Amino acid sequence: MSKESALQRVKFYQTGTHTVGNRLMDEDSRTVQASMDRSNAITSGHRACQGCGEALGARYALDAAMRAAKGQLVAVNATGCLEVFTTPYPETSWQIPWLHSLFGNAPAVATGVAAAMRRKGRNDVKVVAQGGDGGTTDIGFGCLSGMFERNDDVLYICYDNEAYMNTGVQRSSATPPTARTATTPALGDAPGNVFGTGKNLPLIAMAHNIPYVATASVADLHDLEAKITTAMDISGSRYIHIMVPCPLGWGSAPHDTIRLARLAVESGLFPLFEAEHGEVTQSNKIRRKVPVEEYLRPQRRFAHLFRKGHEDTERLAALQRMADVNIKRFNLLAERESP
Amino acid sequence: MLKQVEGSIAVAEAIALCRPEVVCAYPITPQTHIVEGVGALVKKGELENCEFINVESEFAALSVAIGASAAGARAYTATASQGLLYMAEAVYNAGGLGLPIVMTIGNRAIGAPINIWNDHTDAMSMKDAGWIQLFAETNQEGVDLHIQAFRLAEELSCPVMVCIDGFILTHAYERVDIPTQEEVDAFLPPYDPVQVLDPADPYSIGAMVGPEAFTEVRYLAHEKQRQALQLIPEIAEVFKDVFGRASGGLIHPYRTEDAETIVIALGSVNGTIKEVVDEMRDDGMRVGSVSICSFRPFPLAELKETLIGARNVIVLEKSLAPGLGGVVASNVRMALREAPLPVYTVIAGLGGRPITVASIARVIKGAEKGELPDVQFLDLDEEVVAQEVGRAAETRRSGPTAENILKTLGAVSAGRH
Ligand SMILES: Cc1ncc(C[n+]2csc(CCOP(=O)(O)OP(=O)(O)O)c2C)c(N)n1
Ligand code: SF4
Ligand SMILES: [Mg+2]
Repeated sequence: MSKESALQRVKFYQTGTHTVGNRLMDEDSRTVQASMDRSNAITSGHRACQGCGEALGARYALDAAMRAAKGQLVAVNATGCLEVFTTPYPETSWQIPWLHSLFGNAPAVATGVAAAMRRKGRNDVKVVAQGGDGGTTDIGFGCLSGMFERNDDVLYICYDNEAYMNTGVQRSSATPPTARTATTPALGDAPGNVFGTGKNLPLIAMAHNIPYVATASVADLHDLEAKITTAMDISGSRYIHIMVPCPLGWGSAPHDTIRLARLAVESGLFPLFEAEHGEVTQSNKIRRKVPVEEYLRPQRRFAHLFRKGHEDTERLAALQRMADVNIKRFNLLAERESP
Repeated sequence: MLKQVEGSIAVAEAIALCRPEVVCAYPITPQTHIVEGVGALVKKGELENCEFINVESEFAALSVAIGASAAGARAYTATASQGLLYMAEAVYNAGGLGLPIVMTIGNRAIGAPINIWNDHTDAMSMKDAGWIQLFAETNQEGVDLHIQAFRLAEELSCPVMVCIDGFILTHAYERVDIPTQEEVDAFLPPYDPVQVLDPADPYSIGAMVGPEAFTEVRYLAHEKQRQALQLIPEIAEVFKDVFGRASGGLIHPYRTEDAETIVIALGSVNGTIKEVVDEMRDDGMRVGSVSICSFRPFPLAELKETLIGARNVIVLEKSLAPGLGGVVASNVRMALREAPLPVYTVIAGLGGRPITVASIARVIKGAEKGELPDVQFLDLDEEVVAQEVGRAAETRRSGPTAENILKTLGAVSAGRH
């Protein structure tokens, strides 16, 4: 790590057997977070809500990226919760060089940083750009596609909490059908968000034939770190889409963040996979398939689907079909290889 | 070296001499030849150590420049008209962050109705974005201002827009003296950023600022522009020493000493205005002109000092603030608030309409006779306007104004054949 004094070193306290990244596992299998030497890219004191999946995902992602880059990392951030809760005036949680420009231009700004580093002969400095689902799938989409198409040397990370959270939970193109948001209220004949055709950004990224695309979840932080590490070892455009539950926007309990993220994966609604140059190379198998209902029920944004005596069976079935399509498409239930 | 060269190519060569490290390009007429020219120099290897990045929009072009500049590289882009509006959010952002990006504007009208020809509406739309705005009178000055712009931007850590009139300058072949690399290197030191993304010294750039300090941050941006009022003439002086020619500065007064009527304008139209001034002076009329080179920061004190002895001030401007009149004129009035003089607004050259010697002379004579209205549209076709107003009064669904006017003009010219 460069300039040790700028970084606040991590302190661990003994709280139980399985905390802080599997410290009881052998050294090689431990998470980046388990190390006292992790960079702590986003340090304590930020203003995220309790149980914020985005704060968790970003810390794991950036610490893994920092380790892979041997501390030579610059982060660019789109406007959104992550940007706001990490830089409450006059403080900052970032212990790495960090630049926020606008809501819709993070990929292009990162392209500029990468170009400058190359010209300065700093090929050792790696660039990560990050944004929420709104900043990525909607307003920053044009810039992101441009960055992909040019194969600029940037790892872009999308923290998907399925709505515009920072402005008070409005619908984005990543909001799932039927979900209640401030702009898709639970009113009328078909409460919540409409069934559109969907906008699957990992697949769109793959259509650009970029070297690496992956999805990850805060339910499997070890897998998340591994994917970041893989991505950091590749040059060119890389895209990682991380599902990060948002207790405030989803109407869920803060202690349910990890559970919900896991249920999203195990139901098939959020498939975990990796792809290289447009081809899926690997998908994480579902160990215990659960019906979508198990994932939806604990979230108040879907409460209207489960009203007593008025269960919205039709639309629940449609959501189940979405999960089933994913399971088939990404081969999520295939036999695990025997050891 | 003296060359007979297209304005855009001269600017491209000047940019290359300034050794930018990141250049971003997105095409829009009349800016295209500039970035094409820079791109060709990179491709040929004449401009070394430069990333030329073709992006998917103007918004991305300036955003790439923002990232590059924040990472310590000398960054450049160019645009015009719709392109400048498309990048508007990033224009304010670069200004707010104080990143010393240099951007050429090949000034062009803004639609609707879509129009590719020259006026200053584009630059005026960004006059308060925290950028320095310099206007070139000739292609020579266009070249010189770009070289000065990098030095100015980097000394202050403030972005600079160099405005050159679309087509009138960008596409005109003129004799231009392109300096040597040695001269430019002697004038323009390497970029030494005041803020930079550096893993060895990490800090957050672009963090949120609340009411506690926002005013102070904005005040400092204003203060920076006031510093530029000092620095712009200083840099022009140094430039003169190195290159042996006067270029830039805040304003260029022309025969204003004992002038009763002074015409103020921005950019290339000053050439025509000077011609009128000379002709009228020959006829014994006490006329002068002022070319404003630095529109932002606005040289209030220098203008006041120059205008104070005059009886009439005419601002001839290629921009319109609908519902008010002149953009530049409002600023000029600010300069004269302690010494009120009649300031006439003449809206001219919109969407590329020629501004003729005869029309300018007519306006000056009108002002001297006290017959000029507060706001005048130069060479306005009153007949066409009256017809369209009449049509709109007749029927509710009168149709699109621009289309109707074109039809009227078409019928008129067809009738003349
Ligand atoms: C051009 C522009 N439009 C709108 C906004 C307002 N805005 C700021 S953050 C935000 C929501 C961000 O949503 P997302 O990208 O999903 O990130 P999240 O906050 O959910 O993590 C919006 C709409 C803005 N800052 N800029
Ligand atoms: S609103 Fe959601 S994403 Fe934003 S800080 Fe709170 S939990 Fe995190
Ligand atoms: Mg979001």
